[in-house]
Amino acid sequence: MNRPAARRSPPGKPSWEYCLEVRDLAAGYGDKPAIQGIAFAIRPGQMVGVIGPNGAGKTTLFKAILGLIPILRGRVLLHETDARRQRAMMGYLPQLDDIQRAFPVSVSDVVMMGRYPRIGWCRPPRSADRASVREALDRVNLLEHGDRQIGRLSGGQLQRALLARVLAQDPHLLLLDEPVSGVDPTTQHSIFAVLEKLRDEGKTVVVATHDLNCVVERFDQVLCLSGHLVAFGPPAEVFREEILEATYGSHLMIVKVGDRRVVVADEHRSHSRA
Amino acid sequence: METPRTMIDLLATPLQYGFMQRALLGGVLVAAVCAIVGTYVVLRGLAFIGDALAHAAFPGVVIAYMLKANIYLGAAISTVATALGIAYVSRRARTSYDTTIGILFAGAFALGILLMSRIRGYTADLFGFLFGNVLGISNADLAVAGILTAIVVLAVAACYKELLLLAFDPTLAEAMGYPVQALNYLLLVLVALTIVISIQAVGIVLVVALLVTPSATAYLLTERFFRMMALGVLFSVLAVVVGLYLSFYLNVASGAAVVLVSTSVFFGALGCRRLAGQRTPPL
Repeated sequence: MNRPAARRSPPGKPSWEYCLEVRDLAAGYGDKPAIQGIAFAIRPGQMVGVIGPNGAGKTTLFKAILGLIPILRGRVLLHETDARRQRAMMGYLPQLDDIQRAFPVSVSDVVMMGRYPRIGWCRPPRSADRASVREALDRVNLLEHGDRQIGRLSGGQLQRALLARVLAQDPHLLLLDEPVSGVDPTTQHSIFAVLEKLRDEGKTVVVATHDLNCVVERFDQVLCLSGHLVAFGPPAEVFREEILEATYGSHLMIVKVGDRRVVVADEHRSHSRA
Repeated sequence: METPRTMIDLLATPLQYGFMQRALLGGVLVAAVCAIVGTYVVLRGLAFIGDALAHAAFPGVVIAYMLKANIYLGAAISTVATALGIAYVSRRARTSYDTTIGILFAGAFALGILLMSRIRGYTADLFGFLFGNVLGISNADLAVAGILTAIVVLAVAACYKELLLLAFDPTLAEAMGYPVQALNYLLLVLVALTIVISIQAVGIVLVVALLVTPSATAYLLTERFFRMMALGVLFSVLAVVVGLYLSFYLNVASGAAVVLVSTSVFFGALGCRRLAGQRTPPL
């Protein structure tokens, strides 16, 4: 399949060592940064999980990378260039509550919004854009729901529609803020299937999540956040008791099942370790 | 054969008068531009700022009247300056948006009243701007309204997608690198110009009705953005035409007649929805 991403890197030119590089980042409003001491680098074609309790700064980190909140110190580089100058290359899936469900737009209309930067000002969508919207809807299995009003979708369908919008944008880097919380297991599975396929196509996928078991099974790297960077590395290295404890404090339960450690993080209930 | 003949007479008689021809033409222009911009106003919840900007036009109108300058120019400077002032002050003064609007529009309106009280002699024309006088619209007024309408419609056509994205998902618009602040200013300036165009027809006090009521009526009946805009234009034009005929035959104030027709159509649509058993979406 001839994807635009392939066309943008001309043959012969070496691909970037890192897709996303964050150097000594502190970000937030006023003098007191919400996150600080963040430094990591992600190679292209990796799937990275961002974990941490509520208030750890997962959304803040995403918004700082996207240039939505002030950066107080440090730099965010996308392909070795300031990320804020190439925002259309970053796709963002916000949390579901940010969406106005009563707005008079169809599912296809919303997915088309992902194409707007490519279409440009003063122009209507072309047939290539409509084809791209259909392809994105097809990938998330919503093709037959394209004409429905956005608020008439179920939670899981809405989540997939917003993922389709990111797909239609065709970014190099995807930042997904809790794409699988509050959706049914079937939707979770299909969302991860789409994300893994994107990773295999060379996209860099960064996912904030609460589901630690899923991180162990599916992600190449894990970023542990608790206002600052606690650890960054492959799940096998990062998933150690002292690191998880430093990340979650008391909001964490580690259960041993046979020779396997199962980790349960729950922000809504406070409990001590079993 | 008698009834159709009478109907045609009823519709045609007012058209024999030049002032009714001009009023209908001007009214249809105003109706169209109000509904187009009103679609964004309703979806973004900007009704209060629309009303405020209309009142903020008053000092400009009074000053232009005193200087014998162009009334539209005075109103345009006054509303655009207030629109930009509201955006600026709310960012600087740490007061909420609606508080800033309340402060600035009441201040501007008071300035207009103060200046008007200094004018000796005839001020009845100024009341025409407060309550609308579409029947007094001149050919020169029509030309200005036509040019301003063309500017607003072209601007909306050029930024149609971007203004839609900004209304639906401002975070995504910013994340994609759109100049969100500039687009917000642009929308406020478009609202300000729309109000300037409409003041002659419905007056400062009632202009907000034309800005929001037809679009809100359309919102009840469709779930698509473009259809909402098109239906809004339809309801708005309908209200102006029916309102003007009522005003002609019943000898009532034209601006008030237009607005009341529009309000009636809104409640009619609301009733139809309830009868059809559709839930009313919150906005």
